[in-house]
Amino acid sequence: MFKKILIANRGEIALRIIWACREMGIQTVAVFSQADSESLHVKFADQAICIGPPSPSESYLNIPAVISAAEISGAEAIHPGYGFLAENPYFAEVCESCNIEFIGPPPEIIGLMGNKSAAKEVMARAGVPTVPGSSGVVKDEKEAEGIIEEIGLPVMLKASAGGGGRGMRVVNKREEFAGAFRTAAAEADAAFGVPDLYIERYLSKPRHIEIQIMADQHGNVVHLGERECSIQRRHQKLLEESPSTAVSPEMRAEIASIAVKAAEAIGYTNAGTVEFLLDEDGKFFFMEMNTRIQVEHAVTEMITGIDLVKTQIMVAAGQELPFGQKDIMFLGHAIECRVNAEDPETFLPSPGKITGYNVPKGPGVRVDTAIYEGGWIPPNYDSLIAKVIVRGQDRSEAIARMDRCLELMVVEEIKTTIPLLLKVLRNNKFHEGNYSTRFLDEEIFGKR
Amino acid sequence: MDLKEINRLIDRLVEKGITEFELEREGFRIRICKDAPVVISGNPSPTAVAEVPAEQALPAAEENSPAATTGEAAAMEPEAAVAKSNNLHVIPSPMVGTFYRAPSPSAKPYVEIGDRVKKGQVCCIVEAMKLMNEIVIDVNGVVAEVHPDNSQPVEFGEPLFSIEIAH
Repeated sequence: MFKKILIANRGEIALRIIWACREMGIQTVAVFSQADSESLHVKFADQAICIGPPSPSESYLNIPAVISAAEISGAEAIHPGYGFLAENPYFAEVCESCNIEFIGPPPEIIGLMGNKSAAKEVMARAGVPTVPGSSGVVKDEKEAEGIIEEIGLPVMLKASAGGGGRGMRVVNKREEFAGAFRTAAAEADAAFGVPDLYIERYLSKPRHIEIQIMADQHGNVVHLGERECSIQRRHQKLLEESPSTAVSPEMRAEIASIAVKAAEAIGYTNAGTVEFLLDEDGKFFFMEMNTRIQVEHAVTEMITGIDLVKTQIMVAAGQELPFGQKDIMFLGHAIECRVNAEDPETFLPSPGKITGYNVPKGPGVRVDTAIYEGGWIPPNYDSLIAKVIVRGQDRSEAIARMDRCLELMVVEEIKTTIPLLLKVLRNNKFHEGNYSTRFLDEEIFGKR
Repeated sequence: MDLKEINRLIDRLVEKGITEFELEREGFRIRICKDAPVVISGNPSPTAVAEVPAEQALPAAEENSPAATTGEAAAMEPEAAVAKSNNLHVIPSPMVGTFYRAPSPSAKPYVEIGDRVKKGQVCCIVEAMKLMNEIVIDVNGVVAEVHPDNSQPVEFGEPLFSIEIAH
């Protein structure tokens, strides 16, 4: 087992990793930018090294700085968290060549799944249902038009190097197509450095269902159930829950076993999430695979009782999974709400000092956060400041529990998205479990 | 550190808007916190630690030469603080790595205390991932202090040298 792990991240996930390491008796090394010198992950790690100025590219994304910090601290492994370098195959390779264990899948797998159109092809070959569309990157407009003939409109143009909801464009009408294609390619080039696009049938009211998988380096792969993440604003998740009201036990068994088979087929190791779109006819289509621990992993931890981050560390250290599929139980219903430091109506970021803070507590409540009274939210990073996760015996208890948590949660004097989250929780369609990725726009923002 | 020096230190901290300051060196430790009592204690730990960012008025506590007596070393602090605010310029490390005073283990150090140095002159190496990065001085002056020990790990922004600016 590792004696010392460096956490190449910040905020709540850096703390999360520190908790797991402490419970396993592993020394922790935090890296931080000058904007984070008073952060909790810096205070609670055994060792902390400043690696750069506030800008992410010069600090948390600065590979030489992170590797150098690992070298001078003697860290044997690096946990990349999520975002930043977590899905950067070059970083994983650099770790390998410096004899530092990267806690995640091998670089080739990260690279493969990071190329969204290649990932789709590989998944299709592994027997995973995929959204009808181009097989791989579309060479030119002519080929694209041919595909549209086959699968019909509307279609979605997607950047091959994109992901996480970025680099996507919907085409509803024939006339729009040529212009949309050219603009999408230019945007993809600007944002991701690669203009390649692929095309898929556009599903108008899909539900976002993802399967958590965990694989060790000995060929054992298990699934830990699904999470529904359909409550999204501009493809950014706000609320996640498990189990999904749209997934029956039969559907779960089928899609989970497909996800496990796919992971086995590509030789996946460590934690991963296979994301699907569920259409109105109850059919699943592969969307993308995330080769990292996710923000919403806590939802799965709440209903299974399994510590996913510790399991990641064990897998990276070469151990076999300490549980088999039969050992994994799902108990109750869990919901996570992401609290962002943003104006709940304009969504403008709201950084600043936390002058008053009351965190929700009590039975079935978990809060993952790095904020504290007297601390600062710096303006340089993403706006997630806390994850509130609840578990109830059933969905209605979970909803009631989350409602009272958010209602009594105090974060002063910055603005947060708590009022928006409460609107979602109190919405009838949400209570019925009757919602898709269109929910936020239609039900809350009134866009039809 | 006598009371006069502590008061000058506090004045300096207030002037610069620093709310928390901690200085620890062999046999001596002081912590000053706005809205909390001043804590002074004897502390056998030889590690010197300062939580003041490099660009603040007070220099880092790390020193190359051991303090002759605690009183003497402490007395230097507020004077250095005054001197710093006038023309002591700190060279911070631009990267994480290992600090070396000389180009190789057998070579002479790039600079010594008291050396006259020019802008653009190499003062040390910070090694990261097996690459030796030459760090240059950005002012003309005289080397007043060398902060890290040879082959000590340094972080981004950590003070390496204090240069008394002179033309």
